[in-house]
Amino acid sequence: MLDNPPSQTYNADQAAAHDNEPLLRTSTLVCQRDHQDLFEPLDLTVMPGDCLELLGPNGSGKSTLLRTLAGLHSQFSGEYKSVGLVYQGHRLGLDELLSPLENLAWFSGLQDQALDRSEALRLLARLGLLEQAHTPCQRLSAGQQRRAAIARWLMAPQSLWLLDEPFNALDVQSQQLLNELLSEHCAGGGAVICATHLILQVAEKTTVQLQPQSGSDL
Amino acid sequence: MKGLLQRELVATLRTRGSVINPLGFLLLSILLFAIADPGVRDEQSKDLSSVFWVLILLTNMLSLDAMFRRDFDSGALEQMLISAHMPFVAILARIFVHWLGSGLLITLFVPLLGLLLGLRPEMFLPIMLVLLVGTPALSLLGSIGAALTVGFSRGGAILALLILPLFLPVLIFGNASVAAVVSGQAYTAPLVWLALCSSVALTLAPWATWAALKISVEMQ
Repeated sequence: MLDNPPSQTYNADQAAAHDNEPLLRTSTLVCQRDHQDLFEPLDLTVMPGDCLELLGPNGSGKSTLLRTLAGLHSQFSGEYKSVGLVYQGHRLGLDELLSPLENLAWFSGLQDQALDRSEALRLLARLGLLEQAHTPCQRLSAGQQRRAAIARWLMAPQSLWLLDEPFNALDVQSQQLLNELLSEHCAGGGAVICATHLILQVAEKTTVQLQPQSGSDL
Repeated sequence: MKGLLQRELVATLRTRGSVINPLGFLLLSILLFAIADPGVRDEQSKDLSSVFWVLILLTNMLSLDAMFRRDFDSGALEQMLISAHMPFVAILARIFVHWLGSGLLITLFVPLLGLLLGLRPEMFLPIMLVLLVGTPALSLLGSIGAALTVGFSRGGAILALLILPLFLPVLIFGNASVAAVVSGQAYTAPLVWLALCSSVALTLAPWATWAALKISVEMQ
């Protein structure tokens, strides 16, 4: 519930120290919208290194599940417990007036950390945004904005990523790059829950198919 | 903290219209009052200070709707709710920068406004002091309403209905202070009350705003 948000200060070092602790655990979690259950009760355990692919038809509650786990949706039954996490929703979370670099600086400031400028530029270069690093985001294309948002997860100290259709608007090369980044993140002890309609090209992944609630009392 | 303030300042500088337009509204409407009713410039007139304060409240309302709108639309607000290390500070930075562009700016323009209203120059400093003490309460209380209505695509009218009653104490004591200054009486007592309004708002409003933002984000 809102009154008990998941603990927010959890960094990669701590995650490594508690290698056997799950990053996220849900028990009989069901999200509701307008008092309708969205899917069958969900029991998930996400350990460091796990990559979860969240599939399901439109309207099956993928986005709502991710919003719930991020603490942005309070209509649910059951329980979940999670460490600090990175959430990427349909809205990118970039200030359009600011450049990618300024957005990263803001995000670091939000977490009470100073921006490591050279690290930020290195990440932007890897994402092919070095030339756009100082351009306000409103002048970037949809795909470039997506990639700028990816830089934000890579900078974040949290090791659990909740991603809601991160492949939207990305071209083929960028999709491939994103798959690589997800693999690297999981190999490095991070974990990913990714709602998607594109099948993830990640070596070790678990697929979770959201089952729309069958006993819908309509 | 520095990163947060910097972002707010840079973003405000890149949308100068959001600061300049309300100020232009205040200048024009005071000018209109001075033209329509030359009596308002009479220092004995009781209307002057109330007209002055009501217009300041309305000017403030104009800029409130935009306070969290852009962050809400872009999803930056969600990120703030999830990741903010110190929510209180993040909210306060936003309110502070809003005040810089509204309350403080109006305070700096008091000499010009005073000329339009025919005030004597020695009154400018006391009136500036009154505004400096009173306007923070407007930005602080206003942020609660802005946070509550940010989820509505057309929240402007509801925002006014919610917030104008909350502004009443500021209006009462602000009006009393300016009236005392203009009529040459001691204005310390209403000024202290005004300071009380601002400090109570400072301690309570950021928390209320935080809770309201959570509600707004959850409602979508």
